[in-house]
Amino acid sequence: MRKTTTVKHREPLIHIAKRDDMAAWQAWLIRLAAILIGFFVMSAVLTALASTSSGKDLSFGDILERLSRSVFGRLFEGKFSQLWKFLQETAVLLCLSLAVTPAFKMKFWNCGAEGQALFGGLAAMFCMINLGGKVPEPVLVPLVILASIIGGAVWGVIPAIFHAYYRTNETLFTLMMNYVATQIVAYYVYANGQGSNVINPVSTGALPVIGGQQYLLNVLIVTLLTVLTYVYLRFSKQGYEVSVVGESQNTARYIGINVKKVIIRTMIISGALCGIAGMLLVAGKDHSINTATVGGQGFTAIMVSWLGQFNPYIIAAMAALVSFLQIGAAGAADAYFLNSAYADVMVGVVVLCLVACEFFIRYTVKFRHSKKGGALA
Amino acid sequence: MAQKAAIELKNITKAFGSVVANKDVCLTVNKGEILSILGENGSGKTTLMNMIAGIYFPDEGQIFIDGEEVVIASPKDAFDYKIGMIHQHFKLVDIFTATENIVLGLEDGKFDLKNAEKQVHDICEKYGFEVDPKKKIYTMSVSEKQTVEIIKVLYRGADILILDEPTAVLTPQETQRLFDVLRRMRDDGKAIIIITHKLHEVLSLSDKVAVLRKGEYVGTVNTAETNEAQLTEMMVGKKVELNIHRSEPKDAVPRLEVHHIDCSNREGVKVLDDVSFIANAGEILGVAGIAGSGQRELLEAIAGLQRLDSGAVLYNNPKTGNMENLTTKTPLQIRELGVRLSFVPEDRLGMGLVGNMDIVDNMMLRSYRRGKSVFLERKGPKDLAEHIIEELEVVTPSASTPVRRLSGGNVQKVLVGREIAASPTVLMAAYPVRGLDINSSYTIYNLLNEQKERGVAVIFVGEDLDVLLELCDRIMVIGSGRITGVVDARTATKEQIGLLMTKTEALTWEGGEDRA
Amino acid sequence: MIGTIIRYLSSSIPLGVPLLYGSTGEIVTEKSGHLNLGIPGIMYVGSISGVIGAFLYEQACGNRLANMNPALAILIPLLSCIIGSVLMGLIYSFLTVTLRVNQNVTGLALTTFGVGLGNFFGGSLAKLVDSELPNIILTNTSSFYDVSLPFAAKLGWFGEIFLSHDFLTYLAIAVAILTSLVLNRTRMGLNLRAVGENPATADAAGINVTRYKYLATCIGSAIAGLGGLQYVMVYADGVWSNNAFGDRGWMAIALVIFALWKPTMAIIGSFLFGMLCNLNNYMPQFGVPLGTDTQELFNMLPYVVTILVLIITSMRKKREHQPPQSLGLPYFREER
Repeated sequence: MRKTTTVKHREPLIHIAKRDDMAAWQAWLIRLAAILIGFFVMSAVLTALASTSSGKDLSFGDILERLSRSVFGRLFEGKFSQLWKFLQETAVLLCLSLAVTPAFKMKFWNCGAEGQALFGGLAAMFCMINLGGKVPEPVLVPLVILASIIGGAVWGVIPAIFHAYYRTNETLFTLMMNYVATQIVAYYVYANGQGSNVINPVSTGALPVIGGQQYLLNVLIVTLLTVLTYVYLRFSKQGYEVSVVGESQNTARYIGINVKKVIIRTMIISGALCGIAGMLLVAGKDHSINTATVGGQGFTAIMVSWLGQFNPYIIAAMAALVSFLQIGAAGAADAYFLNSAYADVMVGVVVLCLVACEFFIRYTVKFRHSKKGGALA
Repeated sequence: MAQKAAIELKNITKAFGSVVANKDVCLTVNKGEILSILGENGSGKTTLMNMIAGIYFPDEGQIFIDGEEVVIASPKDAFDYKIGMIHQHFKLVDIFTATENIVLGLEDGKFDLKNAEKQVHDICEKYGFEVDPKKKIYTMSVSEKQTVEIIKVLYRGADILILDEPTAVLTPQETQRLFDVLRRMRDDGKAIIIITHKLHEVLSLSDKVAVLRKGEYVGTVNTAETNEAQLTEMMVGKKVELNIHRSEPKDAVPRLEVHHIDCSNREGVKVLDDVSFIANAGEILGVAGIAGSGQRELLEAIAGLQRLDSGAVLYNNPKTGNMENLTTKTPLQIRELGVRLSFVPEDRLGMGLVGNMDIVDNMMLRSYRRGKSVFLERKGPKDLAEHIIEELEVVTPSASTPVRRLSGGNVQKVLVGREIAASPTVLMAAYPVRGLDINSSYTIYNLLNEQKERGVAVIFVGEDLDVLLELCDRIMVIGSGRITGVVDARTATKEQIGLLMTKTEALTWEGGEDRA
Repeated sequence: MIGTIIRYLSSSIPLGVPLLYGSTGEIVTEKSGHLNLGIPGIMYVGSISGVIGAFLYEQACGNRLANMNPALAILIPLLSCIIGSVLMGLIYSFLTVTLRVNQNVTGLALTTFGVGLGNFFGGSLAKLVDSELPNIILTNTSSFYDVSLPFAAKLGWFGEIFLSHDFLTYLAIAVAILTSLVLNRTRMGLNLRAVGENPATADAAGINVTRYKYLATCIGSAIAGLGGLQYVMVYADGVWSNNAFGDRGWMAIALVIFALWKPTMAIIGSFLFGMLCNLNNYMPQFGVPLGTDTQELFNMLPYVVTILVLIITSMRKKREHQPPQSLGLPYFREER
């Protein structure tokens, strides 16, 4: 039985089509709009919440001022300590984001930056504690750096080897490695902590302070790494191989690239950069270690790298944006007796807005005019 | 009228971005009738059928079923109108059984797989299909999968059947069996639409033929009143006189020798069985065969991309006069031996080129390793890209346009141009003109001829026998992974090659089916 | 010794329950082809939504146990938990199904958002009641949740291990078994699996792919959210502390791999993980004294076991043990 007479269908009202032709500046305008929407909406929510909790009648401007003061401090009064903290946070986040970028470009979803950084940091800590005083400082500092690079690389290469040979799911493998690293650090902290779960700061083997600023060297190192990563990905033969493997493994094999080798090599680099980030935290900032040393920035870095379209310079801007939100929103929430976890909420919303806006960059939405009449002709 | 239109399309138009896939297409199919839709690759046949099946939605135009206008917005709507489509790429879930696939998406009645299995079994009995209802799809052969697709449509009681190039993957015997089934369904009063570009199938099976050319509707003719020449003319717009230039081979010396190679695919099925041949320098060796008979594996085996079970690939180096053994070598090792082997693979954007990279970066694919520097040298590739764009008339906004944005013909020019720029001694090309317009096809033929005249050993895998016969010097026919014959292209006939293409099949033919 | 083993087994079960909810929810979602890395965040939101519901109800009853209606004390947090989790699921499915954006990034952002939301509300509620610590204490509500079966005590070791638990534990097992039945024995399950394996095929078969993806994600989120609720109401005895839920969400995702995408396997896996997590507490009682440092190493076991399972299944390559084929890929019908 044919049901022609009983079935009534509507024409789809909205029609979605892929687009390929949007100019880069248009795309960035959309992304900027998304950031601003997320930022202003969440700031407005914060204004309302802060007004309630503090019992004051706060304006939107008050919140913005708080936000920026939390990040930049009192610059005009010549106080830069707050700014340096912001730069340090940005540097570490940027370093982690740069680290995962070559892997992502290769379509290897390295979700293990957290663990790789932690393990690199642990290696640095180990050298600082065990070699401190036994080896002269000018030798020890390079050793600390080397140890962190090796530590991070080892943690990154283990999933890569299994992925290369057995196609073991790398997202889940690297994710699990984070927690293995966390537990090893927890073990180390208890085993070496002075009667508690805290390792007292160790000054031997720490990165030297230059220019009178504790974080200046960290910032310089990461700036250099940003340029190096850009050059590596854009101009080196290895970087080219990373792109080819990421785009099509068939093509890579066709032109004689050893895909396994590239996967393993790239993850060594990715892990090593994470290790450096861990070192910056341990030897360049805390001089100690605990399970929260990386503090989830390894996961944030995944978002930052993706938002930055795997371009190191854009990633740098995104890292600055995210750490601005993290520090600013936490500071502003704290100032008005709210929980500083508001920062995570705000970062989450802004990132979700940015992610969502990709739709408008890659697709067009057309509304169809319904054709009335004539249908029964 | 004795016959009634089962489905009628009026002025259907569909565009993808700026590409118009169908323009003002009109079609009518009656009950108890088989309509062939004929057209070259890329003429919009599949897009048109997808609109009837609810996969795409037309931008303009009307569809009538039993004389009433309908809107088919989704595949579900198509089912409601009893339209069933068998796609060229099977729509089956690999880890499901045949029955699970057949009942997928059905909503009426109780969910009872046991009962469904029995019904599937009954349909198999009725039409003589041999399929185990409990067999999982990923363990099936191509023809078994197609059978599952047909049973699926029959199970749903479709009155209008659409088949998209159903014979492309079948042996002649399987094709005959399929046609018998289709004729039986026609006699049941079903309307059948079959997409194909094989003329003899059109003439032997269908009642009417509709022809599309570059998305436009050319016309419909009754099969009884037409012939191959007329249909071809409608299809390509002018009479086919290929007139491909062909010179006599000079100093044809053996360049590449393939000795008794065997090769298995991932599932352990033999795809190349004791293949031996010699490709001469200064000659075009054609490879003919039904799609999927081992052509791809053969070329990939030579290029070092397939592991061989046994046998050897030898290369006669013109510079040193040495015989190099290429067996078990990787593509890189082959190149390091000084063997200049160029390969235009079938999968252009998935293997030969990187779609998201621009033309310049694609030029580097073969040559980026040159030099000791750790950095890339982009000057040479840029010059090469510009040279190819100019020489082969590649239509592109610039050399820094990602190749995925180019049209099929231009993509192929970029790929062939790059492979030839490496001044090869062996050039292998798999279906290099598939999906290309006539002009681009001729550009490719000329390039191949040029290479031949320069003393390159050219291996050309093709599907169009007319082209093979006019372009090549010798034609090697491959059937089910075996070489079934090598003929002189200047004297051979189409029938002769057609026979060789199916030769191995004849040995294992399960007879017993008489066809009218 | 036997007594210790019984206590060990019995106390391991509540540890496994949040993982079972989380992994069952994630399995349902992954069967539709969506790798939802937002599950950890969703479990936080489920947990805090339940806490907010319970908090408001307790406030309304003047914080007195006697004033509370047992049915409402259970239903209000339960419903708020489900609403909160489903809203999170809706965000995820809107972004990844309708807007087709990257699933990994969406998931991670959702986790950041969800964990932040949990801690923000947790911390803010604590401030509302002038608590020194960022804790919210809902022992009253918890007392309604943490009720074991009445005849458990009479059945000796069997009763203690298997029957002495709260209803959310049995619900978790029931949900997992039901999920397994739906996936394998019903038309809906067949359709859902088809969507996750090959959406184009499902679409061509007339299945509403978008609807299935939305439904699977939202139902999966609701199930996962219950894990957060069980944690705070039963395991933590009604005490919300910021970040206390920890990394259980990630462990639930790991469990999906361990269970090879089978909810029934997830039941076994979650209690095995519970036992592994619990092992360090009981090692001294088993006669193996452990320092605090070595305990931390023991906490690593569930992750190491997951990695081993991941490696072994990828080496064996059995078709039935692989993730849904289109996992992580967006579907666009007019893709050419």
